[in-house]
Amino acid sequence: MATVEAPLVDPPRVAGARLRRGRAVRRLLRSPLAVTGLVVLCVAVLAALLAPLLAPYGPSDAHFDARFDPPGSPGYVLGTDSLGRDIFSRILFGLRASLLVGVLSVLLALVVGVPLGLIAGYFSKLDGVISRLTDLVLAFPFLILAVGLAAIRGASLSNAALAIGIAQVPGIIRVTRSETLRLKSLDYVAAAVAEGASDLWVLARHIFPNATSVLIVQATVAIPAAILGEAVLSFLGLGIQPPSPSLGTMLSEAQQAISRAPWTAVIPGLAIMVVTLAFNLFGDGLRDALDPRASRR
Amino acid sequence: MTGGRDVAGQTPVCEVVDLVKHFGPVRAVDGVSLRVDAATVVALVGESGSGKSTVGRLIVRLLEPTEGTVRLAGHDVSHLSRRAMRPHRRTVSIVFQDPASSLDPRLTVGGIVGEPLRLHGVASRDRARQVGEMLEKVGLRGSVAERYAHELSGGQRQRVSIARALVSNPSLLVADEPTSALDVSVQASVLNLLADLQRDLGFACLFITHDLSAVEYLADEVAVMYLGKLAEQGPREQIFNSPRHPYTQSLLSAAPVPDPSAQRARRRVVLSGDIPSPVNPPSGCRFHTRCPVAVERCSTEVPELRLAGGSEVACHLVADDGTGPDVRRGDSAPEPATAASGEPS
Repeated sequence: MATVEAPLVDPPRVAGARLRRGRAVRRLLRSPLAVTGLVVLCVAVLAALLAPLLAPYGPSDAHFDARFDPPGSPGYVLGTDSLGRDIFSRILFGLRASLLVGVLSVLLALVVGVPLGLIAGYFSKLDGVISRLTDLVLAFPFLILAVGLAAIRGASLSNAALAIGIAQVPGIIRVTRSETLRLKSLDYVAAAVAEGASDLWVLARHIFPNATSVLIVQATVAIPAAILGEAVLSFLGLGIQPPSPSLGTMLSEAQQAISRAPWTAVIPGLAIMVVTLAFNLFGDGLRDALDPRASRR
Repeated sequence: MTGGRDVAGQTPVCEVVDLVKHFGPVRAVDGVSLRVDAATVVALVGESGSGKSTVGRLIVRLLEPTEGTVRLAGHDVSHLSRRAMRPHRRTVSIVFQDPASSLDPRLTVGGIVGEPLRLHGVASRDRARQVGEMLEKVGLRGSVAERYAHELSGGQRQRVSIARALVSNPSLLVADEPTSALDVSVQASVLNLLADLQRDLGFACLFITHDLSAVEYLADEVAVMYLGKLAEQGPREQIFNSPRHPYTQSLLSAAPVPDPSAQRARRRVVLSGDIPSPVNPPSGCRFHTRCPVAVERCSTEVPELRLAGGSEVACHLVADDGTGPDVRRGDSAPEPATAASGEPS
């Protein structure tokens, strides 16, 4: 009679899903880089949320007696800009705009791009149409799209997010499509089909869940790209409107004074870099943690 | 067309007739007819590239045949759509070669084994019980249901795969090289399991393999495939004791026998070269390029599968009574006169 070939250790008595999530979190917390990224992101998000409480001044409060104060000046930790506005306060409020645009635009791109990518990868008949449309959007200059949107609907934070989101849809479609193509050739998909699963079932239960780790990595690359995109649009005056701060507008305004007061450009630039890096580190860690096959270190 | 041993009045669980599958220029399967009767094990044997796995996938309708028919329990399912095929999915299940890629890494074992039941609308309470029972039948503890496939060994994973295939109680199991991706040490236990389950549950099985010792152990009938066509087909004892086709003979001579003195006394037939490309198969008998006894006729005329001495053989050199050259005795190509006498009149 058939017997178990190796004694099995009884798993802890926890429901499957909870067990897995617990493991993923534990794996995530074991990677120092991912934890660093997570901590930085939490600090950034908290700082952005609590900006009105943390900021010593309003983001647009001008102090004409304290123009171009260098970082470390009394009362102005990170110095002031050409109008004597406190850079620390503006960074806090600027983070809000940047994070909001980053997350919103990527969410938009995911909501549109993932279903299209799944369809393109899974139904080979529709692949041609969707892939050509993707090429079309990709070939369309992102800045022209943003200028056009700004011209039609006015320059604002939400229109910047919309433009960036649309620009990111093709990337999401392509990543989803190629992952779908890879997954659909695997035997567990064939097994589900052989059991009588419908296309929707296969996509929802096998292909999408297995594509999530790739998508999460793609999203964590896309969010910092979107933050940079927001900086570009704001720099060009197509995003958030002055005097409201975003990291991009701060860079834009600093360019006139960059030789006299380099900190006005360096500090928002550093802020963009730190947030971007934190997203990337966290994304890598999350991918490793979510992959059940990842070796348990 | 098929089956030297028709069971009168009994519908075969699975019957394929003149099955053809081309992938572009690749003629993977080129006219195969087979039948699998209830509760019998038919082994489909061949080298890699012979098209045997394609036959398996055609039968479970993961592929659509280019030509020919696939009948499951008497129903022609050759060209049914995914939706129309669904009612027939309970009839047949498949176990794949590599358990590492045939189990979804995102699902627990319970989710994997329960999936066919979910798809067939079994309520969740009954499902958990049936999954537990099935896991025990394949020799795994019920608690394995909460684990993920990657936490199990290769042999355990293949047991999960078998459990998934059998949980919906199919009348035919297509086992596509179920042991060849496993460590040699666990191959035997998985084969034992399949044999036990087959006896206890009484399903029919199409066992696709290149492992002749497994065939001898499990199969009731054997079909030998070469380059998209059947070379020989018949009851197991017949194939193993008196193989007619030179290809079957050389396959058997390549498999080691347990008795060392017999092993030393044996003459191994070494086939020259690889299996030819199915894009441009040899003319006439597809085996003639590697056949040690081929005559001129073999390269021009395609031999039909016909009854010859207890099994069906596709070879010009085998007479209707089954006599013919045996490459294991060192027979070489017969004189033209001998070849002529070996032909069917």
